[in-house]
Order: sequence, then C-alpha cells, then structure tokens
Amino acid sequence: MIEKFDPLKGEMLRILHPDGRFEEALRPDLSDAMVTIRTADQRALILQRQGRFGTYAPLIGQEAAQVGSAYALQKGDWVFPSFRETGVLYMMGAPLSGLFLYWMGNESGQKVPEDVNVFPIAVPVGTHPLHAVGAAWAAKLQGQKICTAAYFGDGGTSEGDFHEAMNFAGVFQTPTIFICQNNQYAISVPRKKQTASKTLAQKAVAYGFPGIQVDGNDLFAVYAATKEARERAVSGQGPTFIEAVTYRFGPHTTADDPTKYREDAEVEEWKKLDPMLRLQKYLQGKGLWNEETEAKCKAEAEKIVNQVVQDAEAVPPPDPREMFLFTFAELTPALKEQMEDFLTFLKEKEK
Amino acid sequence: MAKQNLVEAINSGLMVEMERDSRVVVLGEDVGKEGGVFRVTDGLQVKFGLNRVFDTPLAESGIIGVSIGMAVNGLRPVAEIQFEGFLHLAMNQIMNHAARIRTRSRGRFTCPLVIRSPWGGGIHAPEHHSDSPEALFAHTPGMKVVIPSTPYDAKGLLISAIRDPDPVLFFEPKRIYRAIREEVPDGEYTVPLGKAKLVREGKDVTVITWGAMLREVLKAAETADKDGVKVEVIDLRTISPMDDVTFLESVRKTGRAVVVHEAPPTCGVGAEVIARINEKALLSLQGPVARVTAFDTIVPLTKLENLYLPSPERILAGIRKVMTF
Repeated sequence: MIEKFDPLKGEMLRILHPDGRFEEALRPDLSDAMVTIRTADQRALILQRQGRFGTYAPLIGQEAAQVGSAYALQKGDWVFPSFRETGVLYMMGAPLSGLFLYWMGNESGQKVPEDVNVFPIAVPVGTHPLHAVGAAWAAKLQGQKICTAAYFGDGGTSEGDFHEAMNFAGVFQTPTIFICQNNQYAISVPRKKQTASKTLAQKAVAYGFPGIQVDGNDLFAVYAATKEARERAVSGQGPTFIEAVTYRFGPHTTADDPTKYREDAEVEEWKKLDPMLRLQKYLQGKGLWNEETEAKCKAEAEKIVNQVVQDAEAVPPPDPREMFLFTFAELTPALKEQMEDFLTFLKEKEK
Repeated sequence: MAKQNLVEAINSGLMVEMERDSRVVVLGEDVGKEGGVFRVTDGLQVKFGLNRVFDTPLAESGIIGVSIGMAVNGLRPVAEIQFEGFLHLAMNQIMNHAARIRTRSRGRFTCPLVIRSPWGGGIHAPEHHSDSPEALFAHTPGMKVVIPSTPYDAKGLLISAIRDPDPVLFFEPKRIYRAIREEVPDGEYTVPLGKAKLVREGKDVTVITWGAMLREVLKAAETADKDGVKVEVIDLRTISPMDDVTFLESVRKTGRAVVVHEAPPTCGVGAEVIARINEKALLSLQGPVARVTAFDTIVPLTKLENLYLPSPERILAGIRKVMTF
C-alpha cells in the first residue's frame, strides 16, 4: 500500500473521508481510547490552569494520528516519543499517571514499567529519532523481531539530527518507523516555512526508503500505514517514513497564545476535519454511536482520568536524595559529599 | 606480555573486550576497513566481522545518537569520534541525551556507551585537531571522562570504561600514541575509573597532571632534582569522577602544588583541582597553587603550537615559582 501512494504525485492515503464515507478496510474499535485521550488532554489543561501542572503540550486534534499509529505497534516494540505524545503513551501501556506526575514536576513519572519500552519524552526537538534508529539497529543485530518508532513533528524535520537519523536508517536498513505528525506549526512557524519540499513524506525518497503521506485525522488510514510499516520493519525490509497530516487545535504549550500567529478561520476549517467528529459520523452511520453510547464512553473516560490524576497526586514529594541517586549507577565521591552536606544542611534548618 | 605503544594497547583492550562480550560493537568513521585514521581499530573488522565493527556515514551527532539507542537496547557500543574537535557536533547527543538517560528515567533506561576520541595537541595537525575539551564534559553531570597517559593504563582504563554502566568519554592523547612503549599484559585486566596514580614520589612540591603532559612534567621533575627540589607527580587518569583523595594527601605532605594541563586555564580542570585543595587542604599550603597551562586562546597552527603547549621549561618555572613564594 505504501508504494501505491506517491507523495511526489500528491497522493494521500485516506480511508475514512470527511463526509463519513469509509473505504472498507480495517476497523479497530478505538473510540474508547480516542475519547479517553481527549479527556486526559483536556484535564491536563485544566490542571495546568489550576497550577497543578507546570507546563503542558496539548495534543487535541492529533488523537487519530497517535491512537492509529500506536495501535499498530506491538508489545516489545520501542517508542521514542516527543513531548506531545500523551495518546501514544496511553496506547503503549505507559501509565498516564506517570506522564501527569512528570508534568507535575517529578521525574520519576518517566520510569515506565519494565515491560513497556517507551523512552522518556524528548524535549530537544528532532534529535531523538537517532535513538530509535540505534535501538532498531541493536534489535536487528541481536535478532529481536521488533521495530522502533520515533514520534516527532513537522518542525523536527528541519533539525540536522533528523537528517542523520533518516540517513543511518537507510544505510543500515534498520527496522524503524518515522512517525511525523505534521500538525502544521512548530510553535508559531507554519509548515511551509520549515521546508520547500511539497510534502514531508517525499523526504524519505532521498534516503532510499519509502515515505507515505497519510490523512492524520483518519484513524484507519494512520493505523493501516503504520501496520504495513511495521510489517516491513520486522520482515527485514527496513525503515518507513509516515507523514500524518493533522492539525494542532490548541497552543504549542500552555505557555503559548496561538491567536498571535494563526487566523481563527483557519482553525475553524480544520475543526471540520476533527478526527473525533469523523469517527463519530462513521460509527453513527453504522448504528454504533448515539447519545447513550457517547455518554457512557465519556463517563468511562472521566473515571479513568480521575484515577490518573488521583494516582499522580497521591505520589509523595520526592526525597531530596533523588536529585543525586540517578546521576550514575553509583554515587561518585563528590556526589556523595554534596548529598550528605545538603542533607545535613536541611536537617539543621529544620531544628 | 609484550611491549606496546598506546595505539596497540587500546587496540588490544578493544580486542579483549570484543572477544569476551558479544554485546561490544565498534562504530565510527573509517574504523572498519581502514582501522581508524590512527589505526586504533586495526584488524577488528577482519576478526569480528561486519556485524560488530561498522564504518558509519560521516555524521558525529548521528554516530553518538545511534550509539545511545544501541546502548539502551542491550549493546555496549564503543563509538569513535575521529578528532576531539568534531565532538562538538555531537554535543547535544552527549549532554542532553546520553548523560541524562539514567536520571530522566530514574534508572529504567541506562546508557553504557564509550566514546573514544583522539585528544590534545602536539602532532602539528590542522585546525580543530588539537583541542583539549575535557572540562566541557567534566562539567556535564552524568558523564565520566578518562584520559590515560601510558599504554598499560590506556588498556586497563578502556576495559573499565567498556564495563562501566554509564557513558564514558575516553580521550586518547594523540601526541603520545606512538611515543611510549611499555609492557602490557596480553589478556584482560582493569585499571579502575576514578583513581589517580602516584607516578613519582617527592617531598617538596606536588604536580598534578594528566594525558600527554605527564611526560613533560616528568622531564621537568628530573631537572628540578638537580636543583634539589623533590617533585611528587600525580597522574589524574580520570578527570571525572575526580580522585581528590590522592592529590590532597600529597599536597598535605608537600605543602605546595602546581597543576599542569594543555587546555586553556579559565574554568579548566586545573581550577577544580585548586578549588578542592583550597576547600580541603588550604592550611597545609605554604603558598598559592600555580597553574601551568595553555592559554585562553584558540590552539595555534604549527608555527606557534610548541609555544602554546606547556613545555618542561615552563613547568619548571611554575615549580620554581611555588618553591620560592
């Protein structure tokens, strides 16, 4: 399928059309996940406004790109996320309470369970795809039948490390999926100012492996493309680049005001393409979505998210020792001394 | 046991570890067929094959970035950056990623990675081939920095670095790559990271140094002997974590100290050595600690390079200065 849609010819994979028309293909039941993720995202915003979160990078509008792609990955696969991947983390089984804890200012939230290969979210833009390539290369050398996925945005494709990652992946044919959520803006800079390329997907051509542009608000298209990319990866056919064309309805982060750099009219146009709306239209057409199912689904999501917040806020403040303990496997003499001096200072202050 | 130079000893260290541990892989520019521009990886690809020793695209950030991914997923990569001046292209990968992974994941992910790089001046090389950037990395929490000064130590420290669970920058003083030969055991042995070495005993003044400067310091110490000044020489060997116990003990004995390094003085590692002496042995001092270093300038090309690098004469002048305070 990936070869059939040539980004150089402006061809885009789309299974679920804006009017609800459906290309009969795979239809995983992911409406619960979509609703839960949007609920979690909205709650995160509220928590930030209430001062319970530091900063937060909302994903609203990108649920299909995240749910559809992550659903195609398997247990044991590695994910290297950037900072807007709440939905991906949820789908991969990384507890959202951990991510919430992280945004509340506690690093221990990034300690994922042993059986979840989700790397800490990358804050420097576009530099972590290299880690996905390295981990995939290691998997190939060790005979692990898995793939790795790097998540990044349109802005990330401008970084030098993005080029180096794509190049290494091509040369060493690593089982890597590059999942680019083209949400049209890197903070305030629009996609067309990042690159003169007509599409982002076509960049893969230069590195000698396939790239595909996918309607990123079409849950099924994203899923189908990622599934095939994964099959290519684990069967030794090398990397794939997926450009999921989507839109960030919200700000870059809670510290940003998008009205300064984009028109409301533009946002409204994209809202017509809301991935959630489209999924609902489709499900309605099939008789699978009505007010009752919606209420039930939303109530369930609220319940899940309430628990997430409760779990995250139940974690006691970290011991000051935590600052020191994870710098190296063992404390160096200097760190030990700094830690002990500081603990003594704290103890004396308390007196 | 055979006499080996630094290049041969490091090569032997790589051979031993690759033999012992199938997770150890070597990657970098020209490290395969060519065996490295200094031949440090000579013969590794022939012996261990194309799935253990990789010639990579010419991309320093890429080399370190993929090595990080390899390290977190079960391998023990030893990455070569061809010259220390090109490490800066990988700075983000080293400082923002490799050094922070254990902290950021609270130990769930770790990065057992060794970055080898020829280091320092003295071979009349082009620009960007003669720098001594150890302070930049010693100032990076989460990174270890090692600089051997002898073939025996180079092999033993490299083996320790490869077995270390955290990222280690292993700087190889290119000036003495082939200048010193000494007995190096054939098989495996380790020299611990974070331990300085008392190289020469003396009662009058302590000189603390590392890398290629050790030879120059020893030359100066021999001359000082003729003046009746007994110089104690300490080779730091590991820059970070720094073993201050060894040099503090010496300074408490001699009451005088000189730090010698070929990096610029301002915020250099010498400043840290002096700070620790001030914090913990100030009252043993009979005078200020001196620094004999390069200058806060760009490393000059060949016509001035020998003047830039501390010479035995400049080191001797530093020793005399603290002796006559």
